[in-house]
Amino acid sequence: MNREPVETLLRPVESLGRVSLDTLGSLGRFGRFLGEAVGWAFVPPFKVGNFLERVHFIGFRSLSVIILTGAFTGMVLGLQVFLTLSRFGSEAFLGPAVALSLIRELGPVLSALMVTGRAGSALTAEIGIMRITEQIDALTVMALNPMRYLIVPVIVAGVITFPLMTALFDVVGIFGGYLVGVRLLGLSEGTYFGEMQTFVDMADIWTGFWKSLSFGVIVTWVCAYKGYYSGHGAEGVSRATTHAVVLSSVLILVWDYFLGSVLP
Amino acid sequence: MIRIENLHKAFGAQRVLQGVTLEVLSGEIMIVIGRSGGGKSVFLKHLLGLLQPDAGGIWVDGVDITSLRGRAMDRVRERYGVVFQGGALFDSMSVFDNVAFPLREKTDLSAEEIAARAEEKLTQVGLGGMGHKNPAEISGGMRKRVAIARALVTEPEIVFFDEPTTGLDPVLVNAIHHLILDLHRKFRFTAIMVSHEIPEIFGIAHRVAMLHEGVIVETGEPQAIQRSANPVVQQFIRGEIEGPIHAT
Repeated sequence: MNREPVETLLRPVESLGRVSLDTLGSLGRFGRFLGEAVGWAFVPPFKVGNFLERVHFIGFRSLSVIILTGAFTGMVLGLQVFLTLSRFGSEAFLGPAVALSLIRELGPVLSALMVTGRAGSALTAEIGIMRITEQIDALTVMALNPMRYLIVPVIVAGVITFPLMTALFDVVGIFGGYLVGVRLLGLSEGTYFGEMQTFVDMADIWTGFWKSLSFGVIVTWVCAYKGYYSGHGAEGVSRATTHAVVLSSVLILVWDYFLGSVLP
Repeated sequence: MIRIENLHKAFGAQRVLQGVTLEVLSGEIMIVIGRSGGGKSVFLKHLLGLLQPDAGGIWVDGVDITSLRGRAMDRVRERYGVVFQGGALFDSMSVFDNVAFPLREKTDLSAEEIAARAEEKLTQVGLGGMGHKNPAEISGGMRKRVAIARALVTEPEIVFFDEPTTGLDPVLVNAIHHLILDLHRKFRFTAIMVSHEIPEIFGIAHRVAMLHEGVIVETGEPQAIQRSANPVVQQFIRGEIEGPIHAT
């Protein structure tokens, strides 16, 4: 019996099965990676030196980009929202509009995207190079757990620094809005800040906080994972870095929508 | 003693190890030779517990390490020192910190003792006083020496060398081989080296094993290997194009 037509028909099914199994395997490995890191985060001795180094790398060295983008985001918001509100004679609400946009949405999302571009990509490249130059294998054969030594400090630093970076972004953004709305367009200072205090409550700040904290986990998790399992050679590291930035950015936006719809 | 029995490993359709069997005696220098891409590094990674075999076993002093995981495998690795092909030095640390690193992480020695031992090891590999340099600032030969110093600083019982002289000039190849021999005389560790530096390795090996097409085709003392009647071994050690090994 000629089996060729049957095999031709079965080939797409076989490919689909293989792709599904590979995807499931990758998802499992991705989840297990975070699970292992969280598990090791609570096992002493803690790598305090490595953690502080990562806080410096992810947080301190991102300060300039956060301040710059925060200032201009606030200024653009100040200008556009003022022009829109002035059509309805509601310029008085500029302060709360700027503050709420920044605290609930733009602060966490834009600062996470900025840190992904600056520190996340570098993190993937660094861990990827350690992988291809056998530095991670060297840690393993020294009986030092690379997960504990390399990955845990990165994820814990992400959890600590992302909310701080977001808070800085929000404050600088609000002053950027103040600069345009009050200093340039003539709104009174009391109105800008006074209305802000009336309309912004703790729930908004908590929303921004939970978003930034979860973005910290997402970005460091994705970037560390992509570096840890990067392919061979310079091309493998380059591909891992691109994937890390794209996947982190997409997950930030998806997770932002999800949290935005479940948080008050 | 390390005993490897019938080790198999495949990556997809590519069968790299097809039944490797080998015994390495305590205190000897065993050098595994074979073609580039012939599975020597894969074989070594199994001994280090970095890869799991599809079949077969590896016994280190009677313990099958292929069944060990986590802390149990780490206890075996604490007896190991490893010199990686490219050195695998940590870029973020100085030469001194690279050598001191295993002591800082794995022992309770004081900072002074660690400094003294790291400097002593650097001196033994001919790099005394060079500890302040970064790995990126030193030559390939010096990087290999630092890697040897780091591998030996914990005074391991078993040391693995993955092509420790690849990419070096003939003078440096001999210098590194003599260094390994000197250190072996001093510390009497068991050495397993993967290399294709022919004929230089015959001067330092106690025994040589040839890995070809996923199996060990010949094992013996250097003279015996050089006189081997096996055409694969003869072609390899003479570097001839014609013969059973295809130059692809």
